[in-house]
Amino acid sequence: MSTRPVHESSKQTLREKARLIRLETLRMTDICGSGHYGSSFSMAEIVASLYYRFMHVRPKEPQWPDRDRFTMGKGHAAIGLFPVLADLDFFPQAWLDTYTRFESPLGDHPDMKKVPGVDFSSGSIGHNLSVSVGMALGTRRRGSPARSVCLMGDGEQTEGQIWEAAISGAHWGLDNLIGVVDINSAGSDGHPQETMKTEPLKAKWDAFGWRTLVLDDGHDLDAVCAALDTAMNKPDGRPTCILAYTVSGKGVSFMEGGWEWHLGFLGPKDLQRAYREVLEGTIG
Amino acid sequence: MNSGEANRYVPQPRAPAMSYITAEVKATIDLSESRVGSTDDEATWDMAASLGLSRQLTTGAVLAELVEAGHDIVVCTADLGRPTQVIGFGRKYPDRYFNFGIAERNMIGAAAGLATTGHIAVISNYSFFLALMGIENIRNDICYPGLNVRMIGTHSGLAMGFYGTSHHCNEDIGALRAIAGLTLMAPCDGNAIRAAFRETISHDGPIYFRAGRGREKPVYDCAPAWKIGGSNTLREGRHATVLAIGNLVSASLDAADLLKAEGIELGVVDMYSIAPIDRAAIRRAATKHGLVITAEEHNISSGFGSAVAEVMAEEGLAARLVRIGMPDQYSLLGPPTHLYRHYGLDAEGVAAAVRNAISTSPSGRGQG
Repeated sequence: MSTRPVHESSKQTLREKARLIRLETLRMTDICGSGHYGSSFSMAEIVASLYYRFMHVRPKEPQWPDRDRFTMGKGHAAIGLFPVLADLDFFPQAWLDTYTRFESPLGDHPDMKKVPGVDFSSGSIGHNLSVSVGMALGTRRRGSPARSVCLMGDGEQTEGQIWEAAISGAHWGLDNLIGVVDINSAGSDGHPQETMKTEPLKAKWDAFGWRTLVLDDGHDLDAVCAALDTAMNKPDGRPTCILAYTVSGKGVSFMEGGWEWHLGFLGPKDLQRAYREVLEGTIG
Repeated sequence: MNSGEANRYVPQPRAPAMSYITAEVKATIDLSESRVGSTDDEATWDMAASLGLSRQLTTGAVLAELVEAGHDIVVCTADLGRPTQVIGFGRKYPDRYFNFGIAERNMIGAAAGLATTGHIAVISNYSFFLALMGIENIRNDICYPGLNVRMIGTHSGLAMGFYGTSHHCNEDIGALRAIAGLTLMAPCDGNAIRAAFRETISHDGPIYFRAGRGREKPVYDCAPAWKIGGSNTLREGRHATVLAIGNLVSASLDAADLLKAEGIELGVVDMYSIAPIDRAAIRRAATKHGLVITAEEHNISSGFGSAVAEVMAEEGLAARLVRIGMPDQYSLLGPPTHLYRHYGLDAEGVAAAVRNAISTSPSGRGQG
């Protein structure tokens, strides 16, 4: 497969885009009444790096056949994707204000039929790596330079279908396929490794035939970009899995590392504290 | 008599012969890829050749023709390319053929992904492992996004015979009927499969084709008329009409022959489109006879007959409904032809049900 040019966005730009994700997640959760803060904050640097440095998309032509594709196994973090898609002008900023309201295109999970820029709907955990396998097969058959990225959760690694998809991605040598696991150690019932142990994940993905890259700090923008550059622009005949160890709720001190904020709500005073910390933060 | 004898299994007679498997048919079966050859015992050869007897599963050949006609088709299967007869397509178009191994849910999701890249993704698999194991993926990955995926669930109903109840599929219509935006059709033979794929290839949205194991007695001499929401009236009858799908179409036609000798004229309609359903055909049958008989190789609760019942109730059609199908039980195992006989899903079974329905209906021999 071919590689694609990297967008010349500065580290400071990426930092601000990650901040945008966090600020809008706080604001939109306040509109809704509850939200997946933890899941959105943990992926902020990864999503910002993907969309502003690596992925090639055309907001005015969302179905552009050669676009890079992004699917979310962890669809419940869509609240962190929507502000990026709006910022890129896939749809009007005003849509964000309707988040989860009756008949809004924007709900807790992304819907490809309602939201321009969403490459595949999700909500049922464990499906979308398979979908990305199909996308990678389809674009490769067409000789397209498109790359397909699937962002998964660490809790999602217990789904059997993930490993079916992993087998097939390796079998067909899909080096235009990238899996990113956002290992934020937060799930509905607590810490996923306590709920059901999936580690050692590197040994598993290695054994399944993927080039496995480990990010000890999934919020370190230099490291995130280096891993994505390898995965997306240095194909070696295998799909790549990036195991990104992150912090749930990253950027708001009282949320960090707590599974309680995988899904939650902040009252007015706490919300102001959170806004302040995100505005003052220097992550990445 | 000792207790051991009381519990002894009494062997049943061999399954009724499948008369259409003639020497000519056998002579055309290609076993060149198998280590079994013509010098082996006939029984050895028969088993090895059995996959080749699925002559009515024309899927692979039809899809190859459609590719030649310019349709951008890819075919997916889960280690069932041989028995579902798409392996020939794979040999002809290896770059369009994806065998996922025994990983149905991954296959369904990937087929959805392939469809997003502009391909018409076709899944060919046993109906049970496709429709029942995969229903959540079918719903969320294929139907909710409304993608151009064609699924053909083969070996539906009792076709897997002695492989057992785990492989029988008497629930797929009921399950899939509940999924919005999914067209559901039942081609009853090889020509019907040809028509089913050809005539719907430009349809925008997902379709599930419910098929048999390919050894069905053919109904059509050539590709029949076919449209979403349509049906084919194969025989007119003054006394009653059977609305049938799948294997029960040919069984009903044979039943009509049996009944003719008794002075009963039975109409037969191939109601191949289950969702949407041909409401006019149901209306015609109900108003003509005051009696509607449905026939399917599926659980009668939630199946095709239930869909007919809904139409009759909604339209206030004052007619009795008799549903021929599987009782709401887990099926026995055995050779399919034995099972059809046991459950009244062969010509004699349909004829008996029709006789009973007519004799117990207030209008006697119908109103025709």
